[in-house]
Amino acid sequence: MHAFDYHRPATIKEAASLLRKTENSRVLAGGQSLIPTLKFRLSKPSALIDLAGIGELRGIKLDGATLTIGAMTTHSEVASSKDVAIGIPTLARLAAGVGDRQVRNAGTIGGALANNDPAADYPAAVLGIGASVHTNKRVIPADKFFTGTLETALRAGEIITAVAFPLPKRAAYVKFRNPASRFALVGVFVAEGAGAVRVAVTGAAPCVFRVKEMEKRLGEKFAAEAIAKITVPPGTLNSDIHASAEYRSHLITVLAQRAVAAALAGK
Amino acid sequence: MGINLSLTVNGRAVSADVDPRTLLVQFLRDHLRLTGTHVGCDTGQCGACTVHLNDRAVKSCNLLALQAQGASVTTIEGIGEPGKLHPMQEAFRAHHGLQCGFCTPGIVMNAVELARKHPNPSEDTVRAELDGNLCRCTGYHNIVKAIVAGAAAMKQ
Ligand SMILES: Cc1cc2nc3c(=O)[nH]c(=O)nc-3n(C[C@H](O)[C@H](O)[C@H](O)COP(=O)(O)OP(=O)(O)OC[C@H]3O[C@@H](n4cnc5c(N)ncnc54)[C@H](O)[C@@H]3O)c2cc1C
Ligand code: FES
Ligand code: FES
Repeated sequence: MHAFDYHRPATIKEAASLLRKTENSRVLAGGQSLIPTLKFRLSKPSALIDLAGIGELRGIKLDGATLTIGAMTTHSEVASSKDVAIGIPTLARLAAGVGDRQVRNAGTIGGALANNDPAADYPAAVLGIGASVHTNKRVIPADKFFTGTLETALRAGEIITAVAFPLPKRAAYVKFRNPASRFALVGVFVAEGAGAVRVAVTGAAPCVFRVKEMEKRLGEKFAAEAIAKITVPPGTLNSDIHASAEYRSHLITVLAQRAVAAALAGK
Repeated sequence: MGINLSLTVNGRAVSADVDPRTLLVQFLRDHLRLTGTHVGCDTGQCGACTVHLNDRAVKSCNLLALQAQGASVTTIEGIGEPGKLHPMQEAFRAHHGLQCGFCTPGIVMNAVELARKHPNPSEDTVRAELDGNLCRCTGYHNIVKAIVAGAAAMKQ
């Protein structure tokens, strides 16, 4: 690792001011993605601003039609939260399937979203449910947040504070796990919300994306067979040592049907 | 340029000035000489470096020491001692849950949290929950047996 300075502010305001004042500084959350990047010297921040001391970034709230999760909430906390189990049970299961126990105990939802790994699980939930990402500056709708491989709409110095999920009528996430990395080889999140169905796919392409044609068919009839013949062309998908683009394309259709069936079964 | 780090390790208050780059595992092994925590991969994959941070299993090669500021850390040295093993350690001994032993401290630390969450784990649960730990020797069968027995012993 290159040398860096380290700060542990107690409030969001203080963190924002440190980020503004310290050129080329960077936020540290759970460190599960950032520390490997620093070890490989792929990133050379002058200072890390650790958010761990900021109480207002933690916690889960279920009120009325919205589930709000603080940016520094760990995957384990989401997995074991009663409010998440009541509000969006499939989100608790998604969190329980991220990486392994040790990663879930340290990694956070804010870190996972800011990182926007093309094979990460949370981006599929945020885009699939149509959640909004709250920062210290503004509210960013999911459709505007994920902009490319490891790229988001976040500006320099902007801090994710929370994610707000409107409660879907029903939803399910089905992940085909890469057994070596534990990330999604392909993962499909299907949600039926206020009058509309959304389908988000992770793991298959350079960035999480929606499948509008499936959404339209499912909007007409929320049943697995409605999308059995809809495929995403392999030309837009990733091919690597783990799977060909054709295989990923096949998986999207299969997993989307399984997700619809699971959502209908309330699983 | 050191930053002061104060935390509790195995019940003892510890304070030191550290370079911010110091990993938690380096702090434990090199500064405190607690060499029971191993480094297998140094990339967050193998789990050999697993310790408890506020009672939660984490990979100490994938955290900065400063991320444990003010926290309570427990290493393999903190749960038992020769002649007075923790029930999970004793179960690994009794069920031959190790060969070379390199992965064992990390697996035992993960298993202790696993047993707290699942006091009666099935073999399937143990296998699934051991995702974050790799063993090059045993083929896992005896590790799974040891953890099922260790979890039962921890309830007594
Ligand atoms: C072995 C292993 C397996 C994994 N498996 C999976 C998996 O199956 N599925 C999956 O989805 N993920 C997986 N991950 C990644 C894991 O979910 C990470 O926790 C996550 O990607 C990053 O979260 P973090 O809190 O550790 O963030 P950090 O590593 O601390 O930060 C990541 C990036 O986000 C920025 N950042 C962090 N918080 C904020 C914030 N509040 N505001 C603005 N920017 C911020 C940081 O500056 C940094 O650029 C795995 C990781 C490991 C090591
Ligand atoms: S040494 Fe930490 S996970 Fe392998
Ligand atoms: S006993 Fe040798 S690596 Fe597990």
